[in-house]
Amino acid sequence: MLSTLLIALSITLMYSAPLTLAAIGGVISERSGVVNIGIEGMMSIGALAGATVGYFTHSAWLGFLCAGLAGGLLALLHAVASITFRADQTVSGIAINLIGPGLSMFLARYFFNGATTTLPVPNKLPKVIDQQNLKVTMFRGLNIDITVLIAFLVVFVTWFVFYQTKWGLRIRAMGEHPAAVDTLGVSVYKSRYACVIISGILAGLGGGTVTLAIISQFTPTAISGQGFIALAAVIFGKWRPFGTYFACLLFGFSQALVIILGDGNVVIPSTLLAMIPYILTIIVLIIFVGRSSAPKASGVPYEKGIR
Amino acid sequence: MEISKKYAVQMRGITKYFGNTKALDSVDLDIEKGEIHAILGENGAGKSTLMNILYGLYSADGGEIYLNGEKVYIKNPNSAIWNGIGMVHQHFMLIEKFSVLQNIVLGNETTDKFGIINMREAKKKVLDIIDKYGMKVDLKKKVKNISVGMQQKVEILKALYRGADILILDEPTAVLVPQEIDELMDVIENLKKDGKTIVIITHKLKEIKKSSQKCTIIRKGKFIECIDVKSESEQSLAEKMVGRKVKLLVDKSKANPGEKVFEIKNLTVKCEKGVERVKNLSLEVHRGEIYGLAGVDGNGQKELLECIISKKYAVSGQILINGKEIQNTSVRNVLNNKVSVIHEDRHKDGAILDMSVADNAILEKYREYPFNQRGFLIYEERDKFTKKLIKEYDIRPVDCEYTKIRNLSGGNQQKLIIGREIANDPELLIAVQPTRGLDVGAIEYVHKTLINLRDKGKAILLISLELDEILSVSDKIGVIYDGSIIGELDQEEADENNVGLLMAGGNKND
Repeated sequence: MLSTLLIALSITLMYSAPLTLAAIGGVISERSGVVNIGIEGMMSIGALAGATVGYFTHSAWLGFLCAGLAGGLLALLHAVASITFRADQTVSGIAINLIGPGLSMFLARYFFNGATTTLPVPNKLPKVIDQQNLKVTMFRGLNIDITVLIAFLVVFVTWFVFYQTKWGLRIRAMGEHPAAVDTLGVSVYKSRYACVIISGILAGLGGGTVTLAIISQFTPTAISGQGFIALAAVIFGKWRPFGTYFACLLFGFSQALVIILGDGNVVIPSTLLAMIPYILTIIVLIIFVGRSSAPKASGVPYEKGIR
Repeated sequence: MEISKKYAVQMRGITKYFGNTKALDSVDLDIEKGEIHAILGENGAGKSTLMNILYGLYSADGGEIYLNGEKVYIKNPNSAIWNGIGMVHQHFMLIEKFSVLQNIVLGNETTDKFGIINMREAKKKVLDIIDKYGMKVDLKKKVKNISVGMQQKVEILKALYRGADILILDEPTAVLVPQEIDELMDVIENLKKDGKTIVIITHKLKEIKKSSQKCTIIRKGKFIECIDVKSESEQSLAEKMVGRKVKLLVDKSKANPGEKVFEIKNLTVKCEKGVERVKNLSLEVHRGEIYGLAGVDGNGQKELLECIISKKYAVSGQILINGKEIQNTSVRNVLNNKVSVIHEDRHKDGAILDMSVADNAILEKYREYPFNQRGFLIYEERDKFTKKLIKEYDIRPVDCEYTKIRNLSGGNQQKLIIGREIANDPELLIAVQPTRGLDVGAIEYVHKTLINLRDKGKAILLISLELDEILSVSDKIGVIYDGSIIGELDQEEADENNVGLLMAGGNKND
């Protein structure tokens, strides 16, 4: 019994880590006033970059770093389109979501002789608690990746910056009323650029988490909807770092349910079980979208001096 | 005038283009230190543009700016703030979800070297300013929960917190009720005593007379003259601003009311939060009469209107038009019963800004013959109708039927809306703040149109926060306070004092 619980906890944390990283990215971008539905695409490219660099350099950490960089680069594209050229942020985000997986698959074929799946990385990211090394047999089943810790740290730092520092105050103001921030002599464009790029880096790290900590290679289905689930978590968490974190834990838990219920003791077709996280996402959105309060100016391009 | 240290601000030859239109044409401005200086002009004359240039929000295409006799280059709001200029915008630049204190310090936070905000220190500084100028503001409250008058004080505090010596106020009284205007005037007076220079952008003549020493008049982007306010009458100020003779007082004959057209009986309406906003309210409007509903904002006017047009349902009571009950039906049913509304917010409720003038003209009638025939929109009929409105109501430019209504001036937008509503041939016309944001010429026109309609035997319900408007246009005045009519007066017995007293909740016989 205890071991089942510990396994459930481990799986929950494991699957919530990439969601958390990506969702916090979403929080940062949206609070600054730029809708980022391109998270899915940024996660894909991060997942590919992580696995590829991890495979060739034998260093999971270097792979993880490049995952972030790749996501950040794709986010830069989104920033240029939606901030400088004031493109419709939803359209730009959709474009990112098309480019991300497509480019990943193309690069995978390029680096791995035409295969859409990369070869497994020799070293995965380390674990903080590894069940194989546990001395107390009672706690067998407890398995915690370092990315779980990183994700939590990101949540905490984001919370701290948002609510304790001047940058946080400005970012939150920018998502509500950018013209007000501008009249006080703070550059809306620069800050939004920074937020969108950070958002991409975090989404990329989320993708890297999937391919460097959870599974050990990039596959075409490695990122299949996590980006959208992360977006749902942003809304469910009311655009707040810790709220979003708990939403991600909930979605992570639904993934754990899939695995534990699919263990063979309960007779439910695995294809139906696999739907749990997605169905939960829809339910959460139906119940909470109407009531939650999005940043007022989110999604509206800011144009200086418009009347 | 020569450039001298005596002047806080001097602008020379300021020119600014928006696209191909010349918004400002070589405008000069001289503001002495420590004076209250008004900038007077009609809507679109360029007065806000001029001040936005001084504040660094727009960059001028030509001209120079001198502060205290020295030439300065103001590239952005930052350098304006650094030069001691503060600006309170017409549409407040406040973050509603933030507290008052957060709004004040935003962008100029006191922090340690890690960027962590130290609110205690900032609070002390703000409290000092509040004490000094006698502005009562609760720093802990969220901006969305405080009144508009308070929000304006927060804006002034923002500027003072940044050490402003020159304070620009853009249309500061447009959104205030009479009591708040008085409070604002006190604050401005205190600032002046402390040696601050105040610039007020306005088109309200009364306030200029009340507050300012000097006044610069701008018309169509050109500097007209700089005058001593004391030596001018309101009438002459108005004429200089508009550039022609105007009538400030509304010309009208005595009303000749006929039978009852519209009646509200014991109406009670609740708001979304379940609080009763209209309480047991009764009133009646007769043919050939303008009934003016006066009251401070937030006393139930909004809910009353929403209930009349069935946007909101009544808890109890009746609304009758020619004896027929229309409460709790639908907006369409109310319109079909010949009730027309000129909405307060023409950008939100009156027009669809990104649609053409022609499309806006048939917004309510698109499904009726001749605009709709067998399910098709008949554009020729729409255009014919629009051209008729443009001609009849003198909407400019005359060939505007296909331009987006957004690109028309506020006065012309309003003319189209009024024309559209009157073309419905209403039994009752409800006009809510019909002159909000309009300049003297347009106000004159709107008032004249309402009175003409009255003389044709229509019933008009005028809901306005502007006491002057109520007093000059209405035949009968009702004062709404806390959701009920607490007093009704005929025009002859009404004046600023007794109506103002009722608006504040006082008793008529006090």
